[in-house]
Amino acid sequence: MSRPEETLPPDLFYNDRESRKYTTSSRIQNVQSDMTYRALELLQLNGPSLILDIGCGSGLSGEILSSVSPVDGGPHLWVGMDISASMLDIALQKNVEGDLLLGDIGQGIPFRAGSFDAAVSISAIQWLCNAESSEANPQGRLSRFFNGLYASLRRGGRAVCQFYPKNDAQRSLISSAATKAGFGAGILEDDPGTKKSKLYLVLTAGGGQDQGDITGVVKGMSDVEIQDGRRNFRTAGKKGDRRSNKSDITRKKEQMERRGKVTKASSKYTGRSRRRIVF
Amino acid sequence: MKLLTVNFLTCAVKGCKGSAASFPLHFEDAELEQREIGYNPTFLSNILPRLDWDAITTTALELGFTNLPATKPDGSFETADEHKVMRDLHTLLMETEVVQGKMVCRNCGHAYQIKEGIANFLLPNHLV
Ligand SMILES: C[S@@+](CC[C@H](N)C(=O)[O-])C[C@H]1O[C@@H](n2cnc3c(N)ncnc32)[C@H](O)[C@@H]1O
Ligand SMILES: [Zn+2]
Repeated sequence: MSRPEETLPPDLFYNDRESRKYTTSSRIQNVQSDMTYRALELLQLNGPSLILDIGCGSGLSGEILSSVSPVDGGPHLWVGMDISASMLDIALQKNVEGDLLLGDIGQGIPFRAGSFDAAVSISAIQWLCNAESSEANPQGRLSRFFNGLYASLRRGGRAVCQFYPKNDAQRSLISSAATKAGFGAGILEDDPGTKKSKLYLVLTAGGGQDQGDITGVVKGMSDVEIQDGRRNFRTAGKKGDRRSNKSDITRKKEQMERRGKVTKASSKYTGRSRRRIVF
Repeated sequence: MKLLTVNFLTCAVKGCKGSAASFPLHFEDAELEQREIGYNPTFLSNILPRLDWDAITTTALELGFTNLPATKPDGSFETADEHKVMRDLHTLLMETEVVQGKMVCRNCGHAYQIKEGIANFLLPNHLV
């Protein structure tokens, strides 16, 4: 099976058709959601947090972050960044709670220093190893990404990036770019040696004693009780219908108008449904 | 895009890193919508120390909100007044969204378009 990263740049690969295929496959969605729960566990957040989702796609991870219940330290608020307008469009149609940015993480992270408690990225950063244009090379893009990410996290903040390196060379290209940016970094592998094997790059931004040590951060982490954690998270109000649909929004508007606040007139776009974003 | 997010966004253009004028970005032709989201005082307390109050004041004024406290609330919830301040902050930062318009950098003049609440931060290569 050929790697999509080697066929097209991400914004062209994830066009309307591919984005729909990706987000309607329940097999893919299950895998992505399992990895999100795992990443969330590795982040070890200790309360409702502001989280950056790198390569957020249709907002699948974000929906999970929004639905973590107060007893489990949530809900979190997230900002998602993605280079594919088609993917973001699907997130809009789902009316996700987090904010969405159209952006290329290889160009940097456009947030001021210390903005986020944490960052998460599921199946995205290996895309940075492929740069087609002559102006951009993978090293430069990886370094802009990790430098920007490092700065945007508050001191002591963590980032967990699940990724699919093509080979060992890509794996170390990525992890060394992270440590060069100042991160304490480690790679955790779940189900090693099997077809389901998953790699998580676990990063800490300052404040830790693991600074610059590629193995330190994840030492002792492989025996975290994954099973229990996952079950807890799953039952944590995943079904909770917290996002307002059009009628909720309209109701809120009416409320606001009664209270004398000016809100924008309801438009056919209220609820942000089914509208293409074209820049 | 929530006004909370706006308080963290900076200009992405290379030459603007470290320039004081590149934060906050300034709104032009902004259209707003209110969208309800669960009140989460724990989250607000967590985020409060990180807010740039001058920038919030600037943004709020640009968008026509004039009744903001002059200084950052200290995040206590003891009195009814303090509760109300945090509630208002929740409404402004978490429930007020810019759905159309642009954000402009005062340092380089670059305008970031916002459509359907999504800001476009893609840059031409020569600005990266
Ligand atoms: C396999 S999808 C995963 C999407 C989402 N994280 C999930 O788990 O459902 C990879 C995503 O990374 C995004 N991506 C790839 N390269 C990117 C870049 N340079 N900047 C921002 N997003 C990128 C793609 O557009 C795509 O949405
Ligand atoms: Zn600028």
